[in-house]
Amino acid sequence: MITRTALSALALALGLPAAAQGVAQPAPAQPAPAQTPPAGDVGLSGSVSDTSDWQNQTIDIPAFATNADVPTQTNAGGTAALGFTLASVITADLQNNGLFKPTGPGALPHPALAQIQAPEFGGWRARGTDMLIQGYVRAEPDGQVTVGCYLYDIALGQQLAKAGWTLAPGEWRRAAHKCADLVYSRLSGENPFFDSRIAYIAETGPKDHRLKRLAIMDSDGKNHEFLTTGQATALTPRFSPDYKSILYLSYFNGQPRIYILDPATRTQRLLISANFPLFAPRWSPDGKWVLYSMAQAGNTDIYKVPAAGGSPVKLTDSPGIDIGGSFSPDGTKIVFESDRSGSQQVYVMDADGSNQKRISFFGGRSATPEWSPRGDQIAFTHIAGNLRVAVMDPQGGNMRYLTDSWQDEAPTWAPNGRVIQFFRTAKNSGKTSVWQVDLTGRNERRLDTPVDGSDPAWGPLRP
Amino acid sequence: MKINPALVAVLAAGLAVSACSKKAPKSLPPDPGGSVSTVAPVTQQGPVPGSQADFVATMMGQDTILFDTDKYNIDSADQTALAAQATWLAKYPAKRVTLEGHCDERGTREYNLALGERRANAAKNYLVTLGVDPARITTVSYGKERPIALGSDEASWARNRRAVTVTID
Repeated sequence: MITRTALSALALALGLPAAAQGVAQPAPAQPAPAQTPPAGDVGLSGSVSDTSDWQNQTIDIPAFATNADVPTQTNAGGTAALGFTLASVITADLQNNGLFKPTGPGALPHPALAQIQAPEFGGWRARGTDMLIQGYVRAEPDGQVTVGCYLYDIALGQQLAKAGWTLAPGEWRRAAHKCADLVYSRLSGENPFFDSRIAYIAETGPKDHRLKRLAIMDSDGKNHEFLTTGQATALTPRFSPDYKSILYLSYFNGQPRIYILDPATRTQRLLISANFPLFAPRWSPDGKWVLYSMAQAGNTDIYKVPAAGGSPVKLTDSPGIDIGGSFSPDGTKIVFESDRSGSQQVYVMDADGSNQKRISFFGGRSATPEWSPRGDQIAFTHIAGNLRVAVMDPQGGNMRYLTDSWQDEAPTWAPNGRVIQFFRTAKNSGKTSVWQVDLTGRNERRLDTPVDGSDPAWGPLRP
Repeated sequence: MKINPALVAVLAAGLAVSACSKKAPKSLPPDPGGSVSTVAPVTQQGPVPGSQADFVATMMGQDTILFDTDKYNIDSADQTALAAQATWLAKYPAKRVTLEGHCDERGTREYNLALGERRANAAKNYLVTLGVDPARITTVSYGKERPIALGSDEASWARNRRAVTVTID
């Protein structure tokens, strides 16, 4: 559980900054304009696809200060070490998205606690940097840690945003991600996405004996946990919208079936009992329904069933393979793939199965459609020789490739619909890796997973 | 676990032989006489009749049928192979089989699971037309998850687009 902390109260508790100096003077006035941005001013740019002006936005992120360097129950050391690491995590988050050029704490001076809310703008200005992120760490008597986060425009000498959180020691990284989210959304005008988690398949072993285990991690690859042992092949996980359950396919009893696993207790149950193979589980945006595909006599159709149990509803009835549904964010439509035309193509239908209509007409094959959480785009795998990740609008127009490699597949959206993860398979070795790319296609990077990875599934912003 | 009588017989024979070798027989066996081969009667050297090993040895590769890219139709070579399988299965009517459907790596994961299932079913359906009881056949798809040819080239992909019949011992 994360507690949003009132910063004014914090400042008092910390004795910031005037009181700390013991000087009888009024507390410095907060720069009012930054506190309440004018209506409609949600950022400096309306769209991340407009990146050209943004590439040079420099941000300095010095180590977060502390009121007292004391031990914490976090795995990052005492409050001073934690303050340094928080700034490093924020720096890593803000890198590689094409918007910012962050500089981390290793190359910067360490501001004192008193300067956190009253930066020495002159010094920062001399470095020629655009933005400054400062913060502090405080150990609470009950073992929790409190983290404050402040964003300043150095040229203006103004505070742009601030927030604070009190967290359990095991959740300290969330403060860094929330701070990065605050900065990202304030400067880009987009919704936040760093404070989120990813389920994926961790792969080890040679190509003909791959061990495939269900695993979860934070959006930056940290706090990694394996959830299954690998005795049964696990594939295609999906986090529930509340993060309390994971749907995935397992060969647990020798046959492909869909399980719902509770990551906290590591217990699981069959989604439904069936004598037929089940594939491709998906949550509805409200978590109340599960889409899946079932093969009978070689014919695969899409069904939906209440997540809490109940009678399945058959949504497709073509003699071909209908698989891989994904709900629109408002839950009214489903995008899926079907080979009823002779090859894999992308179709859209209403959530009750009516009005099925093909939308992909690009040549080649189109597969694994995933509706953006913003609703404006559908990501998919385009197959024409190589497999590449692409996006189109929900009518099938404006198709654009985002990747160009030998085999990229299975895109999954960041909670804000501006970044996509997918997995890449290497030619011959069959080794897999999880990658991330933004909607411009220009900022692509590999996620640092402990072993090979496939089938990433990005969860929503954490509650 | 079910005990295979044929296996028991072979094991018993093996035990008898090894027991004999430990001490000399009390009396020599009667002279076989004539010019009959002096080689001792051969114990079962090959796989146990009716076993999966026997099936594989008898099929000589025809336990596996191959498919073209994205296809699941049974061509004439497949028909010959499935006919050989059906003949063997007619000889051992108590045997059950699993048909494993597989794909090459050049497709998306979920579609390949469904395509592998379709291939396994195509093979199953053909075996049924040859008189094999459908109740003896189960199918399972591994999609592209279990390749046998490890290259990323046409020859490897052709070998991986397959349905493999595995008898259940």
